[in-house]
Amino acid sequence: MPLSPDEASRFAVLLESNAESLAARWSELAGAGLRGRLSGAELLRQTRDLRTAFQQALAAGAADVNDEAAAELRAQLSELSSNRARQGFSATETAISVFALKEATLQVLGDADDAATLRDYVAFSAFVDRAALFTFDSYVRVREALISDQAEQLLELSTPVVKLWEGVVAVPLVGTLDSARAQVVMERLLQTLVDTGSPYAIIDITGVPAVDTQVAQHILKTVVAARLMGADCIISGIRPQIAQTIVALGIEFGDIATKASLADALRYVLGKTGKRPVR
Amino acid sequence: MNDDVQRLPVVTDQDVVRVRQLVRTVAVAVKLSLVDQTKLVTAASELARNTLVYGGGGEAEVSRVHNDRRAGIRIVFADQGPGIADLDLALTDGYTTGGGLGLGLSGARRLVDEFEIETEPGKGTTITVVKWCR
Ligand SMILES: Nc1ncnc2c1ncn2[C@@H]1O[C@H](COP(=O)(O)OP(=O)(O)OP(=O)(O)O)[C@@H](O)[C@H]1O
Ligand SMILES: [Mg+2]
Repeated sequence: MPLSPDEASRFAVLLESNAESLAARWSELAGAGLRGRLSGAELLRQTRDLRTAFQQALAAGAADVNDEAAAELRAQLSELSSNRARQGFSATETAISVFALKEATLQVLGDADDAATLRDYVAFSAFVDRAALFTFDSYVRVREALISDQAEQLLELSTPVVKLWEGVVAVPLVGTLDSARAQVVMERLLQTLVDTGSPYAIIDITGVPAVDTQVAQHILKTVVAARLMGADCIISGIRPQIAQTIVALGIEFGDIATKASLADALRYVLGKTGKRPVR
Repeated sequence: MNDDVQRLPVVTDQDVVRVRQLVRTVAVAVKLSLVDQTKLVTAASELARNTLVYGGGGEAEVSRVHNDRRAGIRIVFADQGPGIADLDLALTDGYTTGGGLGLGLSGARRLVDEFEIETEPGKGTTITVVKWCR
């Protein structure tokens, strides 16, 4: 339930009149769960800022964290989530930092045990709960963004194009070949062909769990592009279950040479160039 | 009779990967052979991507099914997209309106044991496939 205007203003007054003791107690409670991974001074600074943001939002009549009046509070909570996510704290630890305000509030309410105070406390708690959930959500969003950034970096790393032999480059594909990755693979391969002047490229799909029409189309396009640059492609690592699936699907690799293993592919290329592998 | 129905949204590329992974997991659980696992996962990949690309997104429902003799997996792909006006044409090898290979739909049909399409222009498309253990 949103706070009534009276409840909001009483909460604001409570936060203001007990500013220092509240922030101190709050940061103490929040710190307990973080076990010294954040300095006490840093934590106190954060809770002071948050306390101010809570107070200002409530004084401006915020009935809920999602209100216009709570915009600055949301910005602070988002920043908290973002910092904690980057520092490696968990979503729960981050949300608990906000939840701790409830217990701190309870302590400044002291021994008052009348029904009115109790009702207020319940209303304040609900407000804090929503603020903590907001923090939790924004933490998750930040994490997802971090993870997708890392996935992008991994993408770069996970598509190595190696020079296998004089005149032969190979690209071992591992995992899901989505469009983004296929693009990276193709560019890398073509660039390596230019850099090394290799007439042969082996695309090894041993690590690809399923070859569907999209994967096949990416491979076919790469082969055509390599041909335009004067290089011949061989597809290797076609396992039996993949071969049967490709046939049932109706994909044709045309005159592209295909081999069961990378070793077979290399042997095939060396046979064509008249070089023999040194044993 | 069926149990263990699992539903996944098919709204992003990542969802297509998730459908594939779920189908793989269930295929292993019902003990499909490696070849049949690969065929079913590939068919699911095709149909999920069609749901996403042409159906404008939808849902996949994966369930374990049994008849009196065998266990199997049923997957239902449903979207509320434009539907398929000419089904025979769409099922023709090489027919594509999206610059693909035009093998997804017809190929998926060959990769499974049972294949059923319900589609209505303007209403959407629902495709049900079943693969049985041998
Ligand atoms: N769920 C759907 N809703 C509407 N149209 C569809 C749907 N699924 C398929 N189609 C139509 O059927 C055509 C053939 O589908 P199919 O999957 O065989 O080929 P594709 O997706 O174009 O290419 P590929 O799957 O080989 O990459 C599509 O181009 C599209 O016009
Ligand atoms: Mg398709």
